[in-house]
Amino acid sequence: MALTGIQIFKLLPKTNCKECGHPTCLAFAMALATGKADLSSCPYVSDEAKEQLAEASAPPVRPMQIGAGDRSFKLGGETVLFRHEKTFISPPGLGVLVTSDTDEGTLAERLKVWDTFQFERVGLNLRPELVAIKDLGGDSGRLATLAKKVVDESDFCLALMSEDVETMKAGIDASIERRPVIYAATKDNVDDMGALAKEKGLPLAVKASDMNGLMELTNKLTDMGVKDLILDSGSRTVRRAFEDQTWLRREAIVKKNRALGFPTITFPCEMADNLDKETVIAAMFIAKYAGIIILSDFIGESLFPLLVERLNIYTDPQRPMTVEQGIYEINGPDENAPVCITTNFSLTYFIVSSEIEASRVPTWLLIMDTEGLSVMTAWAAGKFVGDAVGIFVNKSGILGKVRHKKLIIPGYAAAISGDLEDEVKDSEVLVGPRDAAHITKFLKEFKA
Amino acid sequence: MAFEIPKINYTGKIKEITLGAGSKNATVGGRDCYPFHLFEGNMPHRPIIAMEIWDMEPEGWPEAAIEPFKDVISDPPIWAKKCAEEYGAQIIVVQLKSTDPNGKDRPVDEAAELAKKIVDAVNVPVVFWGTGVNEKDEQVLRKIAEVCEGENLSLAPVGEAVHKGVGASALAYRHTVVASTPIDINLAKQLNILLGNLGVQDEHLLVDPTTGGLGYGIEYTYSIMERVCQAGLTQEDDKLQIPMINNLGNEIWKCKEAGLPKDKMPIMGEPARRAILMEAVGAVCYLLAGSDILIMRHPESIKLAQEMISDLIAEG
Repeated sequence: MALTGIQIFKLLPKTNCKECGHPTCLAFAMALATGKADLSSCPYVSDEAKEQLAEASAPPVRPMQIGAGDRSFKLGGETVLFRHEKTFISPPGLGVLVTSDTDEGTLAERLKVWDTFQFERVGLNLRPELVAIKDLGGDSGRLATLAKKVVDESDFCLALMSEDVETMKAGIDASIERRPVIYAATKDNVDDMGALAKEKGLPLAVKASDMNGLMELTNKLTDMGVKDLILDSGSRTVRRAFEDQTWLRREAIVKKNRALGFPTITFPCEMADNLDKETVIAAMFIAKYAGIIILSDFIGESLFPLLVERLNIYTDPQRPMTVEQGIYEINGPDENAPVCITTNFSLTYFIVSSEIEASRVPTWLLIMDTEGLSVMTAWAAGKFVGDAVGIFVNKSGILGKVRHKKLIIPGYAAAISGDLEDEVKDSEVLVGPRDAAHITKFLKEFKA
Repeated sequence: MAFEIPKINYTGKIKEITLGAGSKNATVGGRDCYPFHLFEGNMPHRPIIAMEIWDMEPEGWPEAAIEPFKDVISDPPIWAKKCAEEYGAQIIVVQLKSTDPNGKDRPVDEAAELAKKIVDAVNVPVVFWGTGVNEKDEQVLRKIAEVCEGENLSLAPVGEAVHKGVGASALAYRHTVVASTPIDINLAKQLNILLGNLGVQDEHLLVDPTTGGLGYGIEYTYSIMERVCQAGLTQEDDKLQIPMINNLGNEIWKCKEAGLPKDKMPIMGEPARRAILMEAVGAVCYLLAGSDILIMRHPESIKLAQEMISDLIAEG
């Protein structure tokens, strides 16, 4: 439960030494309560007070690092129910299920294929994060063998799935460098799994069949000193799983229920009998609150839409997405190809570049840094005006690439034509369409 | 302490709107909780997946989108009939692409004549969706309103620039207005008020928040829709309690990834399945954000979205 300024004040030294930059300890306490100051600014606070304050100011959904290496990712740290209230923080990790009866050769081949699923977009590399290996019983060494294979032949993070502690131990030992997620502690093995997670310092998934069961387990594990927990509420129908995700997020954020303030793990692979259906279930989990999402397979057709959805939903609504300023070559332009100019708002870029591409007209697309503002907004804000665009065009190097000096600007920026012609020597500015949908027609009629 | 379901107190309710007239009708809205939050409220009507057709043989559609309709794609009334009868579409949306002044520029009278034929060919409500070119849209939608008097069609997109003209025709000939604003909650509210002032009753109003494609702005629309739901359901903003409609298929299928051949980008897999899943994933986002009518294109993505709706409301 968050502390008030007065409660925090009681834990401070009350010497009013001002070394924290605030006039009094009370002022500092008030700043701490509203998140405007950091406790480390106080050189004299006691360790005991530090611990209590850290506890009280901890984020409602516990943040943690999953895995190690290139594909390592963060979970938790969420502070809102709806992305527009601030932003979502940690995109859910996407995982694929491998069962312990898979032979190593097959796994090696699949790892190679899965590794190719990396999609470039807005300067980001979109790709899935982990492989979950599920122990089907029988030979207890299989989990370890396959975990080792994943570590040796890929950089995927790992989740190890077994309720048998000895099997889990062997699996962990074979893959400790990748810091696998332990799945799962249940009411039957909680003491041993908890001890194992604590000893190895690994995140531990907790599985129960309802919320009360989850709270019992997390309370027990927290008392044991296991901190990084991941919740599986056990629901495997769409409606129940959707409700559970909603309840868990509300418990953590609205009710400040520490026992449920952890990221979740979900299993579309256990909720449908085909990958298409799993994909739409995963789409629901991306929008609504899952931490880790395990699918039965990775294929490009399904991963691409899910990764793009994840990128979109987890985009910080407070900050526009941008693309890099520069010259973009579309359809192999030559010295007679048209030159189009627009802003670096990522949506503007996507729409314009995809229309140009669809037109099949070889074109130079100049993207100018407008701090992520769209054409009209950038123009209104004085960032996409004649002299600024002119300076950019002159410096961009485009004039050395084409023989003509015709510059095509967005229809909504028609007003800058004159200033732009003044700024770029001998240029002729053509006003393009207002709507990107009409770019094709415009470009087809263009003559250098 | 035993777990108690953390519930929200809602104070508002989405209006119930009936599209169509007589036996050709479909009702949406009436929900008094966030989408699919059935543990704390009611959702008397499922969101409806409407199927789109074009009023001309489509240009630029990927092969996968043409395939299910290839036998009817050059005949809009038959195409509409196939969607309603074979695929069970509860609402047909006609994209008035042929009227685009920058394209085919079909004359107003011809467009309206064809519209009437489509309406007569199906036994479900019809939505007509213009090209966004204000002047032409206004003429076409007003004419369609006139020749289809009393059908309670839904006319879209009705932005501020055309709201008086199209609104007046909708009132005169008894149709529903799709109030369209560019991803902005304040403008959406403002337009609803303007249409109200004009005399358009809430029962004849749908809201088009402007739909972004997957990877092309879906998050903007998604968040505006969640904000609209919040305002209407928890902040007693009765001008934001109007059901929402999303023109999704059109956005998904025109983006380059929906048509990219496998040899251009092998890691994206087969274009047909990829595009179907893109449309279905987009649909899930919009359903969760509060869409009441989702306009989609491919029968297989529609099936996936329908199954998702059923699963989200399934008891037990």
